[in-house]
Amino acid sequence: MASETVSLHGDHAAPTWSGGAEPFKASYGKLMMWYFLLSDAFTFAGFLIAYGALRFSMPTWPVPDFVFSSLPGGIHHKPLIFVTIMTFVLLASSFTMVRAVQEGQQENKRGVVKWMLLTIVGGLMFLGCQAWEWTTLIGTEHMTIKVNPFGTHTESGVYLQDGHDVKKGDTFTAGHSYLIHQHDGHFQHLAYEVTDGPNKGQIKKLEFGPKAFGALFFFITGFHGFHVFSGVAFLLIICLNAASGLYEKRKNKYEMVEKIGLYWHFVDLVWVFVFLLFYLL
Amino acid sequence: MGHSYSESKQIATKTISILAVITIAEVVFALTGKGYIIDGFHMPHWLIGGVMIIMSVVKAYLIIYEFMHMKYEVPGLVRTVLIPTLLLVWAIIAFTYEGSYWQNSRAKVRNLKSVASTEQVEHH
Repeated sequence: MASETVSLHGDHAAPTWSGGAEPFKASYGKLMMWYFLLSDAFTFAGFLIAYGALRFSMPTWPVPDFVFSSLPGGIHHKPLIFVTIMTFVLLASSFTMVRAVQEGQQENKRGVVKWMLLTIVGGLMFLGCQAWEWTTLIGTEHMTIKVNPFGTHTESGVYLQDGHDVKKGDTFTAGHSYLIHQHDGHFQHLAYEVTDGPNKGQIKKLEFGPKAFGALFFFITGFHGFHVFSGVAFLLIICLNAASGLYEKRKNKYEMVEKIGLYWHFVDLVWVFVFLLFYLL
Repeated sequence: MGHSYSESKQIATKTISILAVITIAEVVFALTGKGYIIDGFHMPHWLIGGVMIIMSVVKAYLIIYEFMHMKYEVPGLVRTVLIPTLLLVWAIIAFTYEGSYWQNSRAKVRNLKSVASTEQVEHH
């Protein structure tokens, strides 16, 4: 312990690893953060592999532009707008994080604390957006990890019943998505007549979409949201430490801020791919 | 890092601007390709998908190299992190193909079953 204390707080430029050569000319903390992020990438890749394999093994899949098209304030049918706002919030918080690291390089305590606080605000805004999205999906659209009321038509048809947002006589074509609404706590599987293809004339009822959709959505965005949440918690702790002058004493250019910065950018990076696979494709 | 404070500030501003522009381009391209902006105008799926994947990879490059400072790390570190990551990206693409193979196989089995059941009916 004694020798460690000396090497950490001594006046001379302390080596980042005690004894031996420094692997990759990186400090112990930064190197381990890189490999932690790599292992985290494996977990996310596992989720995304499951998503890719299951989505393309289904004959139909709910169209994301239909599922994710609501905004707060009762605005509907605006595909991708809300999730684009979420993406921008996360990108902006990545920028403020870069600025915090740069101020750390300058040993500017006030700058570090200011930009870290802004990053925390960005993270909280993103979590707020996600909470609203989940509330809409669970509360008003009744999607769970087991029941997925979003489906996509595989043939053209005409509705034989009045529904929540459709009327008897309304027509649809293959590829259009639908949502099975609840009425008095029960799902309303509307009846329709097929007007096209080999089943022409048959009367069918709307069926639930692929079950995996809900489970994949909640687990993948949930796992990412959990990373954002933990990131905000760590940012808060490190911001308080920075404000208290702890890192100033270490005289290592606020390396702790740099490490949490790596983590925060990784969370942003994962969102790039979640945004691509879930919302854009 | 080889850059002065004001230089790195400029680089950060430039990088975030490029990232923002690419994100807007992605959304506009996706909406145009799927027929939301110009009535009756659609692009083929492979084109939308391909352009989206390329734009996302460019975004990932900018985040890793500029924001996470991978640019300034030694080649050994870069390789140990990026090679496994690229293999993971390949695995995602490979399993997506595998998924469509499952779908085709299921359809094939379903056809064989329906043919078999009609043959049985004819025998009786």
